[in-house]
Formats: sequence, structure tokens, C-alpha cells
Amino acid sequence: MSETAAPLVEVTGLTKRYGDTLAVNGVDLTVRPGEVYGFLGPNGAGKTTTLRILTGLIAPTSGTVRVLGGAPGQAQVLARTGSMIESPAFYPYLSGLDNLRLLAEYAEVPRARIHEVLALVDLTDRARDRFSTYSLGMKQRLGVAAALLKDPELVILDEPTNGLDPAGMRDMRRLIRELGADGRTVLLSSHLLGEVQQICDRVGIISEGKMVAEHNVEELRGQQELVIRAAPRESARSVLTEALGADTVHLYDDTLRVKVAPDRAAEVNRVLVEAGIAVSELRSTERALEDVFFELTTTQPEEKADVG
Amino acid sequence: MLGSYRAELLKLRKRSAVWVLFGAGLVLSLVFGYLLPYLGYATGDDNQQTSGVPRAQVLRGLLPERVLDNTIGGFPVFAGALALVLGAIVVGGEYTWGTLKTILTQKPGRGAMLAGQLLGLLTMLAVWVLGTFVACALCSVGIAAAENAPMSWPGAVDILQALAGGWLVLTMWCLAGVVLAVAFRNVALPIGLGVVWILGVEALLAGVVSSLLPALEFLSDAMPGANAGALVFSVTGMIAADAPPGVRDAVSGERALLTLLGYTLVFALLAAVTTRRRDVV
Repeated sequence: MSETAAPLVEVTGLTKRYGDTLAVNGVDLTVRPGEVYGFLGPNGAGKTTTLRILTGLIAPTSGTVRVLGGAPGQAQVLARTGSMIESPAFYPYLSGLDNLRLLAEYAEVPRARIHEVLALVDLTDRARDRFSTYSLGMKQRLGVAAALLKDPELVILDEPTNGLDPAGMRDMRRLIRELGADGRTVLLSSHLLGEVQQICDRVGIISEGKMVAEHNVEELRGQQELVIRAAPRESARSVLTEALGADTVHLYDDTLRVKVAPDRAAEVNRVLVEAGIAVSELRSTERALEDVFFELTTTQPEEKADVG
Repeated sequence: MLGSYRAELLKLRKRSAVWVLFGAGLVLSLVFGYLLPYLGYATGDDNQQTSGVPRAQVLRGLLPERVLDNTIGGFPVFAGALALVLGAIVVGGEYTWGTLKTILTQKPGRGAMLAGQLLGLLTMLAVWVLGTFVACALCSVGIAAAENAPMSWPGAVDILQALAGGWLVLTMWCLAGVVLAVAFRNVALPIGLGVVWILGVEALLAGVVSSLLPALEFLSDAMPGANAGALVFSVTGMIAADAPPGVRDAVSGERALLTLLGYTLVFALLAAVTTRRRDVV
């Protein structure tokens, strides 16, 4: 992931209004080359509307949008973008294979690519079955296959794990990680926070049409700490201060808080035990992305007034 | 755009509803063009259907020389209604299934996608017209052979003119279905409105105008169905007494041709402008 290269997606002051309803309200969003970007928000927050604008399906009311250096919906931009917006939509009377065949015709993609993407999403065995006979998970996988048909630089996936069983979700997460590892840029919308925490480099959180945060995942979750209950407490504090530095150790209520990564817990425990200090509790505090999400998306009354 | 056209042909070819509509059109043409009249002819002068019509005249209408009447005689009304349904299900289906967004996020622009769609429909309508012509020709040959009647055919130019006219009539109605489907982003409503218009409203309007408001005849003569009927009447050289429902010399052939081309162009433009400008939600 490059932080200095020109962003693949650059959105500034994006607004979309439907009559009296402000679906997207001044959203700024930047997706850098090679990153897996999680676009989070509760249902109805404006995620899908934003993604529809990025793919040229709907026109913004105001704001500027650049995708791969061009305007959304331009043929040369779409040729380098693969997307699955909302639920996957295909012709029910055609097989999965025929659906991809005709999309390959539209996209002017060689037919050999169809079999590659079917294999990628593990649908080869059912490719000749009608789409109408597919389970929700298979439909979702066909949608991802269609998104990858053009071997795109930028992949936009709207709730790609919807309808998948746990094994399907795991496979989809792995596929998305692989896409990122291959150097593709992935913009992933989801409200499954654990999923985003696992696979995304950066996240943007949208609530009621407004972008309320955009950071990398670790920044958003905040610095992690170790919580230690030890006796005698003052001795423990001085031992740890000497070992780790004064800025690292703080007293909080009747516990010590040590600002180190959780993987140093064993080392901290050893230092205390060797100093003859009894440790009754040692655990890491991790703010889950879910905690941050709920903090940021809990609507304040004055914020609500701004959203139509 | 070639890719969009090929994709559209694949969709149309594999959609059973398209062939059901073609089949229905063909069956209507054969049943009303050949089967029922031939039964009337075969069962003699007492048959109610041929009452007052000499048997020789009934037979003449079934022979190869009148094959064009039977091929496109039903196009202004019944086949036209089926063509409208075809346009509505093909384009309306993209909205109800949500496949429009799937196509538009691939690569083709909206114009190229719609152009491919319309060309695909025009191709299938040409197949429909040719298929109906071949089936009618085979029936007429069979009847001529069975009745030991002369097998004289219309001239090549007359055949081409009639088939092109029939194709234009179906195209115009099909595009009416397309534009209604684009307007309502749906299948059922365009079909309902379109079929009621073709089968009911135009005939009602023509009846009211001719009996109560003759001053408004110009209005009924400008309707798409009236012009479709006039074009078919003109290119087949049909006798008024033999003309099926909806076929009559309401206006001249040239005027009907220009009016139908005008409707076709307007419907295509309306569909294109609406598709290009509107959000895909």
C-alpha cells in the first residue's frame, strides 16, 4: 500500500439528495493504491449510494468524484474497475456460466477469463446450473466472480459476505485478502465489523450520510494497554517503570496500565515475578472496532437535525 | 457496441419467453390465416364462416399469390401486441431483475448498451417476420398442392416490400413496449397499458371519431395502430373486404410509412434520453 501515490478513489464534498432526503452529506473519502479499504456504516447510512456514485450508476447532487483518474462511469474507468453493488443481480433463466459469458461480451473480456474467475470463487461445478437455482451464497460468489472478470485494478464490493455461511464468509475473507496481497485495491462496504477489522488496512465510517472517521484500523482502535493487578502495587509500579520507562506505566484505580503491545505480556509478567511480586491479573485491553463504530455512529440530537 | 449486441442476442436466444411470443404470433397467423379459412372452404358453402363468400374466393386467399396477406395481415393488432410485450419484457426485465446495474458496471456506456439491446430486438423481429413468412409459404404450397391450384407467387420486390413493412410495424410496437418499460422501470404496467391501447383504445377512438366527431378524424388517422394498418393494407394490396381487423386504408401508404418511421424514431430517442439521464437505483 502506498501512502504517497495518487489515490485511486478521491471523493470531496460528495452530496446526494433525493427530494427532501439527504442520502449522502458532504462525504470525503480517499482510497490509496493497493489498500483494502473498509467502508463502514449502519444500514441506510449512505454506503450503497456512495458506491453507486463511484460506479457511475447515479449522479451526485454536488461534490467531486475521481476514480482511477477519471469520472465515474467512463468506459476507460469501468474497464479497470470491478464491482458488485448491493445484492448480485443476474438473469435467472441463464446459467452462471452464460451470465458471465454475456458480461464478458459487454466488457470485451476473453472467454478464458470466465473459467478463471469461476475457479476463484469455487463455482466451476455449478457453473452450468441456472442462476435461479443458486443459493444466496452461490449468488454472492457469482457476483464476486463478475466483479473480477475484467481483472480489475480497483474492486468495489458492497456487503460481499451477505448470505454466506461461516465457511463461505471465511473463504470470501481469504479471497479479499488475496486480492489485496496481489496489489489490487479493494473498497469493501460492510456492517460486519469483525470482518472489516480482520481484512482492512483503513476504514471510513459513515453515519446518516456523513463521514465520521477515516483512519487505519489500528489508529481507530487506539493504543493497546496491559492491565495488571499486582501486590505490592507500588513495588510493581517501580519495577515496571524501571524496566519499561516512566511514560509507559500509569496507575488507574487499583490497577496498573502499561502501554505496550499485548504480545509483550509474558515479558512483563516475567519482570514482575522475578522481582518477587505476586501478579493476580494480567490482560490486554483492546478496543474492538465495534466499540469505536458504536461510539462514532451514535447519533447526537444536533447531528440528526443536519440530516434530512 | 458489437459486444453489447452479441450479449443481447445471447440473452434473447436463451430466453424462453421470447420464443413463446414468437410461437404465439406464428400460431395466430397460421390458425386465422390458413386453418380456419381452409376448414371453412373444405366444409362447403353452408359453413357460417364463409357465408356469402364464394368458395373459390376463400381458396384464392389461401394460395401462394396471397401469402403476404396472411404473413403480415395480423401484424398491426395481434402480432403488434405481442411485439409490444416483447419490448416490455426484455427492457423491463432489466429493471425488475436489477441486471441493468450489473451490465452498466461492466463497461458499455448506457448508449451502447441500449443500442445493442434495440439492435438485438430488431434482429429477433426480423427472424419472427421471416419465420412467419416461411411457415405461411409452406401452408400455402401445401393447400395449393392439395387442391391442385395454381402456384403463382408475388414478385420479389413485393415480397421484400411487404416483409420490410411488417418488420417496421412490429419494430414500432416493440419500441413502444421498450419506451413504456423504461418509463415505468417495470414489466407488468407497460404490458397492461400497451395492450389495452392496441386492442381497445385505438379502435374505440376510431369508432367515436367516425360516428360522433368526424372533425377529429385527423387525430385517429395519426395513431400508430391506424398507420400500421394502413401500411400493411398498402404493401399487400389487400381487398378491403378481405382485410383482417386493424387493416384498412385510413391513410396513404407513403404517409403511413413516414408516420411509423417517426413513431419508431421518437420511441427510440425517448428511451435513449431517459436511460442516459436517469439514476440506476
